[in-house]
Amino acid sequence: MGAPELIALVLSGALLLYILSGGADFGAGIWDLFARGPRAHAQRRLVEGALAPVWEANHVWLIVAVVVLFTAFPPAFAALTIRLHVPLVALLIGVVLRGSALVFRQYGGPDSAHRWQHVFAVASAATPFFLGAVLGAVTSGAASERDLLAWIAPLPIATGAAATALCAYLAAVYLAVEASSKIGGASGETDPEAPTRELADDFRRRAIAGWIALAVTCAGCAVAAHLDAPRFAGRLFTAAWSAPLGAVAAAAAVAALVALVRGRFRLARVLAIVQASALLAAWGVAHAPLLIAPDLTVRGAAAPPVTLRILGPVLVGGALVVLPSLYWLMRVFKAPPPRPGDPRSGSPT
Amino acid sequence: MAMGNEALFARGQMAYSLAFHIVFAAIGIAMPVLMVAAEVMWRRTGRAVYLELARRWARGTAVLFAVGAVSGTVLAFELGLLFPRFMEHAGAIIGLPFSLEGIAFFTEAIFLGLYLYGWDKLRPRLHIACGALVALSGAASAAFVTIANAWMNAPRGFRLEDGLMVDIDPIAAMGTPFALHEVLHTVLAAFMATAMAVAAIHAWALLRRPGSPFHRAALGLALAVAIPSALAQPLVGHMAGQMVARHQPLKLAAMDGLERTTARAPMSIGPIEVPGMLSFMAYGDADATVRGLDDFPAADHPHPIVRHAFLVMVGLGSIAALHALVTLLLCWRRRGLPDARWWLRATLLLGPAGVIAMEAGWIVTEVGRQPWTIYGVLRTADAVTPVTGLWLPFTLFAVIYVGLAAVVTAVMTHQVRKTTDAAERG
Ligand code: HDD
Ligand code: HEM
Ligand code: HEM
Repeated sequence: MGAPELIALVLSGALLLYILSGGADFGAGIWDLFARGPRAHAQRRLVEGALAPVWEANHVWLIVAVVVLFTAFPPAFAALTIRLHVPLVALLIGVVLRGSALVFRQYGGPDSAHRWQHVFAVASAATPFFLGAVLGAVTSGAASERDLLAWIAPLPIATGAAATALCAYLAAVYLAVEASSKIGGASGETDPEAPTRELADDFRRRAIAGWIALAVTCAGCAVAAHLDAPRFAGRLFTAAWSAPLGAVAAAAAVAALVALVRGRFRLARVLAIVQASALLAAWGVAHAPLLIAPDLTVRGAAAPPVTLRILGPVLVGGALVVLPSLYWLMRVFKAPPPRPGDPRSGSPT
Repeated sequence: MAMGNEALFARGQMAYSLAFHIVFAAIGIAMPVLMVAAEVMWRRTGRAVYLELARRWARGTAVLFAVGAVSGTVLAFELGLLFPRFMEHAGAIIGLPFSLEGIAFFTEAIFLGLYLYGWDKLRPRLHIACGALVALSGAASAAFVTIANAWMNAPRGFRLEDGLMVDIDPIAAMGTPFALHEVLHTVLAAFMATAMAVAAIHAWALLRRPGSPFHRAALGLALAVAIPSALAQPLVGHMAGQMVARHQPLKLAAMDGLERTTARAPMSIGPIEVPGMLSFMAYGDADATVRGLDDFPAADHPHPIVRHAFLVMVGLGSIAALHALVTLLLCWRRRGLPDARWWLRATLLLGPAGVIAMEAGWIVTEVGRQPWTIYGVLRTADAVTPVTGLWLPFTLFAVIYVGLAAVVTAVMTHQVRKTTDAAERG
């Protein structure tokens, strides 16, 4: 494995982390769309509280992926942005509207909460679809400089749907953990809307629904791949590592479902992450050595060696700064809240 | 060279996306400094107004930062969506500053999350340290992205062979001679634009409620950032002009509207024309010859807006520096913050000046670079995307940005109202 392959691996890693973190933030927005019943308000508050401190950091994985792409594989970035101009513009509009709607509804005063809720939810649902469609078109090569709508084909549509389902599934699992870990927390007595067992249960049911949607859409992807990208579909079973990774994904999926049914949310979260990672890894292995189908390979599109030689250490250095900070961020906000009177309470409010 | 409509839409979309983003980027660079200063003052003095101020400013920053982040994401993609041939040629060379920028964004976003939502979860010192890291990484990200732009204006670190860049050296590229002045000038501009606007908001509140301790504290902090920046900015601007004279003589001629190549070139300040002044400013020698527009092919002349934008920037910069001097004088005479109504009115009036000067300066730099995207290497017409129908994304994003600008204004007005009311109660 040479420098181009290593950097391509980093690029895939950034994309995977984006889907696991930023993607789930979009998924949380999808559940906002379905917030119903007596606990609709509590559901929305849980989503908002879970997103607020972390969504911007999660979002940066997408930037990292783009920057690594245009630095290390400039012709691939050019090809991607020309051929897939339309779904990328749609993706960006979703990113802009989701991010702004989230802060507007949080800070815009009492009546704006209601107004921005729907923008937030709809943008959250649409964005992962276009992200998935772009990845699908990159896989099948259903993209062309001459026909900007060539990506409207079975595989990109199927991957778009699967990406949406995946984000929703991950989000529901995370939110079930979030709700159950805050039951009877510090503010439990004073806050009538603090998470309850019923709230955790709402998200358990949603996680199971997301699991089913993911299974169905993945089956759809398999069928579409046979129609659209037979070479890729074949490699899903024959490429070294692809089949074993697929098996890991399937096993983790079954185990995650069991954990969810039993209400073991933390375990379910680990399993869902394994499931998603193995699924995407199997996909990536089958796609390699292509970067952008049909014509651009990892080696063929790589920048001159000098660039990769510098980029490598920069990325390692960056990871040494970013990963510990990110870990700390998650620990501070995703750990159970401190008890009242805890010396960590810094401000008098 | 004739430029098709498609290219005009691409340039226009890039231009307004950048002009939109830079406002929020500037705020993202300077607001953390103000927030942290307020929190430090609170810890030092124990005065509740400073805590209130830090918290209010933090709320505004959360909104503005989010819009900055999403509009920046749009830009990162637009580099390819609109100018893919530029990135295809330049990605391997200036990807390095962009990668460093990406790392800086990451630290900025992480520590901003910790700062904004960690008031009750972190120890005081740790909380302040997080804020300081936000400010530091904000300035770093601005520096890196500006270096990429400096390279577009004065590209280095490669050899041209048949119009293609070969033997590239990304590290040498970051050492472009434009890096130093552009980075300093841009970071100072961010401080000026933000701090002058913040000062204006609190000057307005003081005009309504003279003597409010809350607004006086806020005004004091904003001026502590605005005044030094406004005084330093013309000096750095002068250095920028000298670098432009040396490396982009056509841009200099366009900035100064110099039609003919002239020795002892004069400069008009208002109605007065000082002979040899332009020669002196550009080359440090009143007798130097300055090349005029007639020295270059007419087809290469940048749009005349460059001259007007330059006048706006220098004019507002001079007024801001004057205001800073007067303010220092008043502070010195009163041994404290002035409260004369005419002075508060002047501060209010100058609120938008920093932002306008910053936008004007970018027009000078970017339109003045035309018709090149990479100066002397790649023409804009050759950098643009082959995709057609660009009027559609142009219109879509324009509508979205106009809408966002309106909503951000409304949300900020709401926050300022709340702040003013709270200050009146307290
Ligand atoms: C608050 C904003 C502000 C103020 C008061 C000034 N500038 Fe400026 N100027 C900018 C904000 C700016 C900028 C941030 O918009 C630019 C665009 C690119 C850059 O590096 O800084 C710029 C560019 C820029 C350039 C072009 C540099 C290039 O193309 O690389 C010159 C020659 C000057 N400036 C000169 C001046 C002078 C002589 C000023 C005297 C008062 C001045 N500027 C005040
Ligand atoms: C001189 C011009 C620029 C300056 C000073 C600047 C500075 C900043 C700053 C300080 C931020 C942090 C967000 C905020 O504070 O609101 C930001 C965000 C961003 N900028 Fe810019 N920027 C500039 C131009 C660009 C350009 C040309 C690009 C295109 C690649 C870009 C891409 C981004 C991206 C992707 C983000 C979002 C990062 C995140 O998610 O946190 N910026 N910019
Ligand atoms: C944020 C402050 C900035 C503003 C307001 C700004 C403004 C503009 C304007 C007005 C244009 C259109 C020029 C024309 O076609 O006549 C332009 C073009 C462009 N700018 Fe900037 N710019 C900024 C910073 C940057 C930075 C930091 C970069 C790169 C790292 C950059 C990259 C580009 C590119 C690639 C184009 C399109 C190609 C071209 O027209 O030459 N800009 N910008």
